[in-house]
Amino acid sequence: MKLSRSSALLKRLQLGRRAVIAFPLVWLTLFFLLPFALVLKISLSEAAIAIPPYGPLLEYVDQTLHVFLNLGNYLFLLSDSLYIAAYWGSVKTAFIATLACLLLGYPMAYAMARAPARWQLLLLLLVMLPSWTSFLIRVYAWMGILSNSGLINNLLIGVGLIDSPLRMMNTQFAVTIGIVYAYLPFMVLPLYAHLTRMDNSLLEAAADLGSRKLNTFIKVTLPLSTGGIVAGSMLVFIPAVGEFVIPELLGGPDTLMIGKVLWEEFFLNRDWPVASALAMVMLLLLLVPIVWFHRYQSREFQE
Amino acid sequence: MIRMRRPNFSTVMLVLGLLFLYLPMFVLVVYSFNASKLVTVWAGFSTQWYGELFRDQQILSAVWTSLRIAFFAASMAVCLGTVAAFVMTRFGHFRGKTALSSMVTAPLVMPEVITGLSLLLLFVQMAQITGWPADRGMATIWIAHTTFCSAYVAVVVAARLREVDHSIEEAAMDLGSPPLKTFFSITLPIITPALAAGWLLAFTLSLDDLVIASFVSGPGANTLPMVVFSSVRMGVSPKINALATLIILTVSLATLLAWFFMRRNETKRKAALQEV
Repeated sequence: MKLSRSSALLKRLQLGRRAVIAFPLVWLTLFFLLPFALVLKISLSEAAIAIPPYGPLLEYVDQTLHVFLNLGNYLFLLSDSLYIAAYWGSVKTAFIATLACLLLGYPMAYAMARAPARWQLLLLLLVMLPSWTSFLIRVYAWMGILSNSGLINNLLIGVGLIDSPLRMMNTQFAVTIGIVYAYLPFMVLPLYAHLTRMDNSLLEAAADLGSRKLNTFIKVTLPLSTGGIVAGSMLVFIPAVGEFVIPELLGGPDTLMIGKVLWEEFFLNRDWPVASALAMVMLLLLLVPIVWFHRYQSREFQE
Repeated sequence: MIRMRRPNFSTVMLVLGLLFLYLPMFVLVVYSFNASKLVTVWAGFSTQWYGELFRDQQILSAVWTSLRIAFFAASMAVCLGTVAAFVMTRFGHFRGKTALSSMVTAPLVMPEVITGLSLLLLFVQMAQITGWPADRGMATIWIAHTTFCSAYVAVVVAARLREVDHSIEEAAMDLGSPPLKTFFSITLPIITPALAAGWLLAFTLSLDDLVIASFVSGPGANTLPMVVFSSVRMGVSPKINALATLIILTVSLATLLAWFFMRRNETKRKAALQEV
């Protein structure tokens, strides 16, 4: 009697456990995973003048099922040098911006982790505050600074260093500085988290054994912060590859980036299948970085 | 040894980095008080652009739309993200754990154009099969924002759950408290600060999103970033500077308040430790 009651309780617990697991699992499967399958599907269909603007993949004609798998969109991407140039431009720009973020962000995070304890929270909030304001407006700020009649050019002409304005807006330089500016907090945060967690006694031990500061940094601090470097770099690199707002506002005709090309295919040309194929290829390019990021991030969920 | 230390390289970089982060925002604020319509020429102090901002019906209604979406998206994201974080940190192994943890971390880095496009295709397909959503608008933006914000909430809450002492929860369960009751009376109060932080983060992320909302929105719903974007595309406008100043002011005040409370809690905790 007692046994069956406790087993009924156990069953109820099992059921409850499953329901709790199912809630996020079902939501994310439906609204995050399933949509990717649809992108794949649409990328294999043909563009059509219809609502929605693509042809069917399956058709039932004369009692036989016809499957249309149209690889034309992918072949089209390969045949037009514009798309390859856009992918290459995105990866290159994102890589340079990530490197710049790391070179600026690492010393910043290091100084924060070394600062007196009562300063650390304030410094962390100061670094993160810009990212809580507005991405769009922070990119917009650079339009007023870099343009031909902007702040920097006015200043340089006023001082007499240059006669005619330097062209900085709508260049590769503007796009790169925009990405560094917008994504710097996301580089500093994981680096700081790893550097504060580090055991100081390791550094003391190294110093006691006669290791010089630079040597200690390269052999102890740097390897121990690898997780932060990977997480920060991926938090900058992956979204930067697909960035749309920054090349749209700060870039020009010679700064091709794939996020902007995809946006234009979708909103201006209304070619959903080509836009989907562009997204699939971008996802494929980013698969290795995303898996890498996930491997470091999932350690945070352990214990 | 008492002497002024030579400022080291990393401290200098920290100061330079903070200047780099704050100077452009400072310029935005200064030029919002410029009398000239040309943002780059200073023509005296004026607050006229603030007046024009508050007379702009399109911006005002977009603010209201965005605030409502952000409120509901952040609230749902906190529920979803907290459950996801709890399941991943406390449930040991279960089927689908790898899938769940991938789906929680991937939205953190997924380019917005991909997320936006994929969700739009989902809504179009759903409308074809089930008839819903016939019109895209606030509801579809809410679903999209909830989904990507819940990933951020999950990371914030999971970080807190890892710090919390397991043994209190185990003690409660050993004394016969059912799991659900243990969660609500033991775990939840301990992680409340993380829930608040996660909610605020989700709220700002939703308010800020342009790309995903542009994909999944319909003709009826224009969020604030969508209105700002269409104006900014035309070039620099002092009205947007005024809006930017108000946003920066609000966020700074909220951060200052958060800092004040966090520091007070810290001092309280230290005082309590000294008494023991």
